[in-house]
Amino acid sequence: MADFDITSKVQDGMGPHGTKVGLLRVLGPAHVWALGVGIVLVGEYMGWNFAVGKGGAYAALLACWFAGILYTCVAMIDSEVTSTVAAAGGQYTQAKHIVGPLMAFNVGLYLVFAYTMLEAANAITAGYLVSVVATMTGYTGALDQRPFIVLVIMFLAWLNYRGVLATLTFNLVITAIAFAAILIIFLSTSGIVGGGIMQHAALFEGHELPYGWIGVLAAMHFGLWYYLGIEGTTQAAEEVRSPARALPFGTLAGIMTLLIAATLTWYVCSGVLPWEFLGDGVSGSVAPLFDTARLSGSTGLVWLLGFGTLFATLASANGCINDASRAWFAMGRDKYLPSWFGAVHPKYRTPYRSIVFLVPIALIFALGAPLDQVITFSILSGLLEYTFMPLNIILFRKKWPMGVIKRGYEHPFHPLPAITLLALCAVTFFAVFLGYGTQLVAMIGFYIVVSLWFHFRRYRFIDRGAQFTMPWPRPQGY
Amino acid sequence: MAHYKPPVQGKLSQLIDVIVLVALTVGALFVPLWLHMAGSSKTVASPVAAPTWEALGQNAVQARQYEALGYTPETAHDLILARFDYSFTWSALVVMIVVIIAYYVLMLKFSEAEYRDVIAEKFDGK
Repeated sequence: MADFDITSKVQDGMGPHGTKVGLLRVLGPAHVWALGVGIVLVGEYMGWNFAVGKGGAYAALLACWFAGILYTCVAMIDSEVTSTVAAAGGQYTQAKHIVGPLMAFNVGLYLVFAYTMLEAANAITAGYLVSVVATMTGYTGALDQRPFIVLVIMFLAWLNYRGVLATLTFNLVITAIAFAAILIIFLSTSGIVGGGIMQHAALFEGHELPYGWIGVLAAMHFGLWYYLGIEGTTQAAEEVRSPARALPFGTLAGIMTLLIAATLTWYVCSGVLPWEFLGDGVSGSVAPLFDTARLSGSTGLVWLLGFGTLFATLASANGCINDASRAWFAMGRDKYLPSWFGAVHPKYRTPYRSIVFLVPIALIFALGAPLDQVITFSILSGLLEYTFMPLNIILFRKKWPMGVIKRGYEHPFHPLPAITLLALCAVTFFAVFLGYGTQLVAMIGFYIVVSLWFHFRRYRFIDRGAQFTMPWPRPQGY
Repeated sequence: MAHYKPPVQGKLSQLIDVIVLVALTVGALFVPLWLHMAGSSKTVASPVAAPTWEALGQNAVQARQYEALGYTPETAHDLILARFDYSFTWSALVVMIVVIIAYYVLMLKFSEAEYRDVIAEKFDGK
């Protein structure tokens, strides 16, 4: 067994570059939970309802649960690998050590684009919310949402620039409020506290599966949106005090939180809103929980869910800036990207250049593309990443079998979660193909081109042996 | 194999690399949009000339919820009747499968070759 002990409670500097001049180790398990759930919870406030449009309300529920299985596999696999490869960059750094440089470069890009697109989607939603509030408070004109979109992205980038502890503590507070808002609207509209307003049977009548079973498959596309981003907890690996404990704990607690939140959200919204309205996230219900609150007749719920939606979008955008910048920073530090991006701020100890660089990228997408396209771009990057994970864990167990290196967490039933994850990814690829096949091919075309660019041009600037930074023994078979 | 010493990249070269990457990224999203090939739009196959809630297939509860949201049968017409078309050709499905598999095979093959160099240099000191 290697001398290096990931489970040590006294040894610091588990990241490959130590902590003396690197990122600051100040986070605990609650921050990891806040990072993961904070990124994802907005998926319950907007976006998931496109799954209803794809196949009807029942199809969205099935997609919710199957996507829940997919992400449970993701969380289990991720918890094992990242509790061992505890370094900024998350899955990128895992791929670098386990699969190879080109895979790592692709995974790094998946991460950056999934999070940057999600950040753009959040900013779009925040702009929409401001326009709704303006209308509700008596404004009669067409409010220009663009200044608010820019403001959201700039403010959160500034917060991230100034320090990770304040950023994720802010996330912890607003995420907790947004999650509590879901619990409160469930309790107050389902009949558990006060009178219930749920009308599932009447609202579903005649529209149980409007597209048949193919609609269930199609709904898997946006079913991912219920949970997309939970894997982002790994990006905090180099900034948590005890990665071997905090990362599995925060990640697994996060997916449990989200399974509850997603099911409650479906139950509440589908019991109040007609499926055609609920399923159209552009012309119908942009923010379904907020719309449900509007129909509840309670002014208090309207304000609570209004703030809940706003907080969820801010928490998600905030976490996305954090995660995308860590992945970009890690690639810069390894020279996969220009090394200029690999700098840490001397005072705030944040990857400030990466944070600033990604701001205009997010703005281009937030201001220039429709919401469903931005969401699809994010989902596709996430889907490619989830397809990598089964390959990653199978190779990880093969190259370093159990007992060769010490793991902070060992996930059970291997290789069942990997096989399940791969099968559900295949189903989701088909779901994407049904509606957005052109984007799928365009996106994979993009990754093929950048892969060739990396292999034949960029890779010449990278140290070979220096990429392998974990203190592990030689992988078996090499 | 001698220890590989990478060349130092100049600032201009770094800038060009970033521009190339950003241009490819923006292109991947916006080119399908500009070519109107993005997304799956819904269409109304059988419009209703004088729509009522009944004609739109809505029962009393569904109609009441639409009215509470501010809709009338006329304004809700397209929202209620528009549907996606999930028909596809098998050849298009085969193309997608081939593209996805080819991508992963390409990536794993190149990665494996690069990875062997990394391991050799790290553990053999080459």
